[in-house]
Amino acid sequence: MMKQATASQIRVVTLKINDRDVTAREDETILQVARENGIRIPSLCYVEGLSVWGACRLCMVEFAGDHRLVAACSTRAAEGMEVLTHTDRLRRYRRMIVELLFAERNHVCAVCVSNGRCELQNLATECGVDHVRVPYRTAVYHVDASHDWFRVDHNRCVLCTRCVRVCDEIEGAHTWDLMGRGMNCQVITDLHKPWGESKSCTGCGKCVQLCPTGALVRHGTSAGEMERDADFLPYLSRMRHAE
Amino acid sequence: MSTPRRRITMATTWLDGCSGCHMSLLDIDERLVALARDVDIVYSPLVDAKQLPDSVDVGLIEGSVSTEEDLHKARLFRQHCRFLISLGDCAVCGNVPGMRNFFPLDAVLDRAYRENVQRNPQVPTEGVPRLLELVQPVHGVVDVDLFVPGCPPPADAIWHVLSELIAGRTPDPLQVTRFGK
Amino acid sequence: MQLDELNELATKVQQAQQACDHVVRVCMAASCQSSGAAAVLESLRSKTGDCQHVCVHGAGCMGLCAAGPLVEVSQRGRAETVLYQHVTADDADDLLAHLGGPVIQRLHCPTDIPFFARQQKIVLENSGIIDPEQIDHYIAAEGYQALVTALTEMSPAEVLREVDASGLRGRGGGGYPAALKWATVAKMPGEQKFVICNADEGDPGAFMDRAVLESDPHRVIEGMALAAYAVGASHGFVYVRAEYPLAIERLTTAIRQATKYGLLGSNICDTRFSFDIEIRLGAGAFVCGEETALMASIEGGRGQPRPRPPYPAQSGLWGYPTLINNVETLANIPPILRRGGAWFATIGTEKSKGTKVFALAGRICNTGLIEVPMGITLRDIVFTIGGGVPDAARFKAVQTGGPSGGCLPEQFLDLPVDYDTLRQVGSIMGSGGMIVMDQTSSMVDVARYFMEFCMDESCGKCIPCRAGTHQMHELLAKIARGQGTCRDLALLEELCEVVSAMSLCGLGQTAPNPVLSTLRHFREEYLVKLQDRDTAAAPVDAPETAS
Repeated sequence: MMKQATASQIRVVTLKINDRDVTAREDETILQVARENGIRIPSLCYVEGLSVWGACRLCMVEFAGDHRLVAACSTRAAEGMEVLTHTDRLRRYRRMIVELLFAERNHVCAVCVSNGRCELQNLATECGVDHVRVPYRTAVYHVDASHDWFRVDHNRCVLCTRCVRVCDEIEGAHTWDLMGRGMNCQVITDLHKPWGESKSCTGCGKCVQLCPTGALVRHGTSAGEMERDADFLPYLSRMRHAE
Repeated sequence: MSTPRRRITMATTWLDGCSGCHMSLLDIDERLVALARDVDIVYSPLVDAKQLPDSVDVGLIEGSVSTEEDLHKARLFRQHCRFLISLGDCAVCGNVPGMRNFFPLDAVLDRAYRENVQRNPQVPTEGVPRLLELVQPVHGVVDVDLFVPGCPPPADAIWHVLSELIAGRTPDPLQVTRFGK
Repeated sequence: MQLDELNELATKVQQAQQACDHVVRVCMAASCQSSGAAAVLESLRSKTGDCQHVCVHGAGCMGLCAAGPLVEVSQRGRAETVLYQHVTADDADDLLAHLGGPVIQRLHCPTDIPFFARQQKIVLENSGIIDPEQIDHYIAAEGYQALVTALTEMSPAEVLREVDASGLRGRGGGGYPAALKWATVAKMPGEQKFVICNADEGDPGAFMDRAVLESDPHRVIEGMALAAYAVGASHGFVYVRAEYPLAIERLTTAIRQATKYGLLGSNICDTRFSFDIEIRLGAGAFVCGEETALMASIEGGRGQPRPRPPYPAQSGLWGYPTLINNVETLANIPPILRRGGAWFATIGTEKSKGTKVFALAGRICNTGLIEVPMGITLRDIVFTIGGGVPDAARFKAVQTGGPSGGCLPEQFLDLPVDYDTLRQVGSIMGSGGMIVMDQTSSMVDVARYFMEFCMDESCGKCIPCRAGTHQMHELLAKIARGQGTCRDLALLEELCEVVSAMSLCGLGQTAPNPVLSTLRHFREEYLVKLQDRDTAAAPVDAPETAS
């Protein structure tokens, strides 16, 4: 979460998003302002209530003047900004990014517990991915079903780190983290111990509720059966960050 | 009455798939009658014709390219069809058949024909086409003109795509279907 | 320490040095050490013992690494020195016997060749001359003059003005005006600020920063202290890669010596200015050269970048304003303060001032380290100074800027070397690595090599870089094997565009550069490798319009 200025300092700015005049507090990001105004910008790693990660790059937007691209999640609104969210270029780039994700690990929707409720699946539809042009990588990742209630299937992980952040910032357990780099990057529990043996995991399941794909799921779910509910987050986040 | 339009010729085939996409095509139900007014199905597992005509307007491919025969058929369809459609997730992205790519081919064959077989375990070699090392979506081996994802694509989606094509428009399948639908 | 004390010490050391009839310097930088310099020094030392007439000491990089181990001999009262190359421990007797006498022809390395004559040394002015392990040597060479003068006679704003007047731009690769960065940090409110020296040099074929740290570590310390004074910082970090053990050792020694002399620590020169430096070792991740990843690593976190803004100048280490400069940038600071920004600005071109250190590597006769004024042509560097391509092979391209840079063919050799010109033709100045290639090099392979490097070094945080570099590498490997198609090439070009536009940090944003530059200047090499080059003869875009 971006640090918010104290009330006395906050100014209100006006900017344009897709030629529409909108107002914003200057400590708000472009993505937040767009959402408030019902303007949809695709995103994957961003979750309201968690710190900004800035890694999926799907929320990149373009400045009308100099055509510079910035990430909407990590760029604050400023007076006179003219933001375009869906230029041809951006559509093309977003589509490629989603294709890269699909090709990176096993994202076969038909047999996934999150089929029909998956953010990656929805992004494919939203970004016009009707097929993947780059070759599939076909690397095998581990499935860890050692936890009593939950399972992590790294084959379906997109490395958005929502689990890492919610566990650290909201639950305060910091069970999840990242290891490895590049294509070998993966989320881990407790210094890469099986999840079921984790001493820090409280079993709260917040990570499972926030996972955008079929990577973190409840045991006993079959294709298309995994439902999630992240309604707790805004409230807990507010309580956590209250003065 | 207006003069009848030239009838559109259509061919379909299934490669490595479950035939569900063809079932879904049949599931357009009474609209099959409407389809038959405009379209001649000149080659398909659903009809008797044994020979793919030299020139076909629309080709529909279900299934992924997993064997040498699949590869041959995909190339044949590309050669003879003016407009080629990947129908369903197997054709579009490899889908379930493509999941064997995560393992070496020999390990897959061993698993299927030796480890899990009690009587006379052996890998069949006669009367079956050889498996390719890597399962590919159709566009991995030939150019494809339109992608209709879905597992299978719903009958309504198939009907939408076909009727748009018949009307001379290019459909946008993502309006009516998606991966895994 | 006050200025007169410093001068007194300098004079004393100079006098002691002049008491020797002969000074024998052995290059003890990493490159010469790897070819046996330590044994040479040991042998010379044991044979001279306590002899008062001959002074033997280790020195920093003498530049011509290809000819190492190098030994330089000078005689009191004579300006010219004699340089010996490929010296072994067995040559010690011969060397000492010839002191003051005729030159040993079989070992002689002529120094009137362009390799030495065409260089202009500011950053490397002490390199190969002073003993990097002795602070007195640095002080005798006017070291710490700038710092003591600045602390006792100048305001921070005046220091900043000199840096501004010099026109110095960041030597790490970006070329951002140093004074502008400094001024931003200086203007930030707050008691706690940091100065970081980025010594995580990681480009393949680049060893400029290593040489500076190994040859003249005090210069970097002095530069950091001056920077800290100008921006109001009291703590500094040197982030140096663990693969540079010698540089780390010498830097550690230098920090200890400077602290002992009161040039680091509390109330330096009895002023209110306090500054200390800690060393942090990088564990071999190229991405930690990116400033936000570097700071995350210093903080003890995973070395991966974060979105900017906020820039380190506003919110850096632990959220405090932080100035982060490259080794060579900081090494330029003491001479700028000593001789004035205006003097520095007379060297170089209109927009790129001063000199640049380059590491010459690859198919070039004189492999080694050089320092040349900005604006010199690539041809001068490669052919005049570098001695051209060995074994009568033909020059094909020079690679500048490492994995973020590009390959330039023959027709660009007459362009002046400065930040803006190199960028215009599709490469970058970068940190100073320069790899020369001859006709035997396949440019597709070169692009593939650099992409493999970026793929391996991608931290994995953002998708375009993590997955994009992998896909580009696979496509390049496929094309290099002769299995690529026109479609693969088109896909590669699209990936280049997406990855450079959408990646989170500089690593991903510049990773496509070696591909783009080789496609721009050597497109034909890609086309002949395509399977379907004959069937799909698509018109090729005029290369000059693509950028």
